[in-house]
Amino acid sequence: MKTLRDVRVGDTVKVVRLHGEGAVKRRIMDMGITKGVEVFVRKLAPLGDPVEINVRGYELSLRKADAEMIEVE
Amino acid sequence: MEGQIRIALAGNPNSGKTTLFNKLTGANQFVGNWPGVTVEKKEGKLIVDKDVVLTDLPGIYSLSPYTLEEVVARNYLIEENPDAILNIVDATNLERNLYLTTQLVELGIPVVIALNMMDLVKKAGDHINVKELSKQLGCKIVEISALKGDGVKEAAQAAIEAAQSGKTIPQHSFSGPVEHALAHIEEVTVHDLPEERQRWYAIKLFERDEKVMEGLKLSAETKAHIEKDIAAAEKEMDDDAESIITNERYVYIGQMLKGIYKKKGTGKLSISDKIDKIVTNRWLALPIFAIVMFLVYALSMGKSIADGGISIGTWLTDLTNDVLGEAWLTEGSRAILEGWGAAPWLVGLISDGILAGVGAVLGFVPQMLVLFLMLCLLEDCGYMARIAFIMDRIFRRFGLSGKSFIPMLVGTGCGIPGVMASRTIENERDRRMTIMTTTFMPCGAKMPIIGLIAGALFGGSTWIAVSAYFIGVAAIVLSGIMLKKTKMFAGDPAPFVMELPSYHLPAWGNVLRGTWERGWSFIKRAGTVIVISSIVIWFLTSFGVVNGHFGMVENLYEDDAIVTDEYVATVADRMDIPEDEVEPMDDSILARVAQPVSVVFKPLGFGDWKPTAATVTGLVAKEEVVANFGIMYAYDDQEGEEELEENGDQIWDRVAEDFNAFSNGHGRLAAFAFMIFNLLCAPCFAAIGAIKREMNSRKWTWFAIAYQCVFAWIAAFIVWQIGRVFAGGLSVVGLILALLLLGFVCWMLFRPYKESQKLTVK
Repeated sequence: MKTLRDVRVGDTVKVVRLHGEGAVKRRIMDMGITKGVEVFVRKLAPLGDPVEINVRGYELSLRKADAEMIEVE
Repeated sequence: MEGQIRIALAGNPNSGKTTLFNKLTGANQFVGNWPGVTVEKKEGKLIVDKDVVLTDLPGIYSLSPYTLEEVVARNYLIEENPDAILNIVDATNLERNLYLTTQLVELGIPVVIALNMMDLVKKAGDHINVKELSKQLGCKIVEISALKGDGVKEAAQAAIEAAQSGKTIPQHSFSGPVEHALAHIEEVTVHDLPEERQRWYAIKLFERDEKVMEGLKLSAETKAHIEKDIAAAEKEMDDDAESIITNERYVYIGQMLKGIYKKKGTGKLSISDKIDKIVTNRWLALPIFAIVMFLVYALSMGKSIADGGISIGTWLTDLTNDVLGEAWLTEGSRAILEGWGAAPWLVGLISDGILAGVGAVLGFVPQMLVLFLMLCLLEDCGYMARIAFIMDRIFRRFGLSGKSFIPMLVGTGCGIPGVMASRTIENERDRRMTIMTTTFMPCGAKMPIIGLIAGALFGGSTWIAVSAYFIGVAAIVLSGIMLKKTKMFAGDPAPFVMELPSYHLPAWGNVLRGTWERGWSFIKRAGTVIVISSIVIWFLTSFGVVNGHFGMVENLYEDDAIVTDEYVATVADRMDIPEDEVEPMDDSILARVAQPVSVVFKPLGFGDWKPTAATVTGLVAKEEVVANFGIMYAYDDQEGEEELEENGDQIWDRVAEDFNAFSNGHGRLAAFAFMIFNLLCAPCFAAIGAIKREMNSRKWTWFAIAYQCVFAWIAAFIVWQIGRVFAGGLSVVGLILALLLLGFVCWMLFRPYKESQKLTVK
């Protein structure tokens, strides 16, 4: 399974499904990362984590551990 | 109130909500807190119509039950039932902003949309068909520019009209299986609730929203019944209920916007993107961060302009302290009161107790205002979110936020603004943790203590000062790891899924208003704590029993009938000092109490009344510790000797001698333990006042102070007891206890724990 964590900086991917449950998952979805949406991985923070992505036209940062919950293709 | 119209202002963070609120209400604002939580609550009367009260809800992305702000907002909307919702929507970020709108319209409250930043959309060459959007959503949309003030009045007027008409909004439908389940749920659970509310409840029940379930007190039977409906829909849609709803909202928005929102799609980088390319660049981010932090520190807390530095804050604070505090308040009031012939105790109470306390509060204000001004600027222009982004990796391990860096940095100057700076941290858990640990950093006022110990017992070694910083950082790290696993902190989830808002020029109105609000809340809330405790300490040091007579010790000592030679001899004997060094203060309540209290510090190696009294007066201000040593070691600058140096240079010998005496020759170790305790224990009253202000809870304030004291005690205990293994003269019982405590700390550090998924606040 390929997750958002594995995506290289500069690539655009499509979200297939969200794994996990509860607060973090809901929060990720509330912020617009839902099935079928395109996500552009813009950069890594200087210390390697978190990542900055562009989704639905705005910039969002999330931790790699949470990015692992997002299955992409 | 009767006849009043109440409108709630709702919208995403960074959508211009605060700007709009300020434009709509002007100076008619009341700031408070939402009941029981630290989330700020602002209300104001509309400029266009004074009978309309506008409530500024916290900036939220959704109405989920998982974040404090969202729970606060939805509780208000459901329980207080405002007459209309004015929903501010950022046109440059339409999809995500409308996501909240789809939830607001389900509440059965009239909604009007204020579409902000349309000018930026047009400038970028994009096009939004506002008319069509309004038709599709079924609610009125007013284009505004909150920053310029365009359309703001019209938006308010539209909201008032909507409130008066009471017309709710037609709602979009979800897919077949979901609607089927919703219809069932409505039927079995909420058909006796007001009709316009039913759908909201049904959707929340479908999402298995625990807070709503609790509120409705459904029977187990009903729960089981609707659970079947939910499960059926989940199976059909191959996803969990919460995700289905979220998904469908975004799908609905996406379809609606297809014909409405036309992007030029040039793919050109915006100015904000270009700035961000540099500011959070892999290599440049940290140096830029360091420069920004240096400027924040140097301008507010650093070296005063008067001393060749660049700090406006320090300069103004020195000025306030010297002129307003010393000259006017203390000395001036004393002169006036004595001129009136007021009783000496009254003069003391007003001048040294109350007004000195007030002066201490006011003295901090300029420094704090400069600091808050810069923090507001950083927040308003969008850099604050980047700080969290850059520093998150380091701080999250200790249960802190990347933004905790600022309070810690400022804390090395002064703990009070440090604690107040924690306000920029959104997450309540991270914020509380930051408040509790910020004062572990050695602040400017603790430097003299370090200087005294290093000078008196360690030959002025710079390693002592270095170790003080190391101890401070270690205390923060250890506390963070231990506390985040405790029940009090493990309760709430802290997802770090954070928007990085576009950079923009700061709106000066917002910045200045924010600066003043924070400064004022410090004066108001922290002020009371500081003034009251200053009075108490003044009383403890000025009053006492002298030879059977109670009163102000200074006055009693002027009476030779009371202070006989024999009496002086007994005091000298009790205090273990030569007779000619007996001072009125030796009979103060504080000195008397210090004797028995010093038992507490016996296991730490400095269980003598002098360090004990110094530690207690350190609560007034940490500078007092060294000043007090000066008094207790009988350094008298009035008898022709020069004034006591800040580090207490002149009393080094006496301090060293005394520490060596009461610790059986382990003076260095005892002094080091003393320093550790004083660095880590409860901060001065002013900082405690700031902690109380920011915690906004008595329970949490006491918990923070108790934790700091206990932590300081344990740290000093371990150092003193284990230190003596190497220095000689170890106590077996003490060593065993120290090892047990060390083991306990290690267990607290390394025990496994799991991050919680539920928000415990109601």
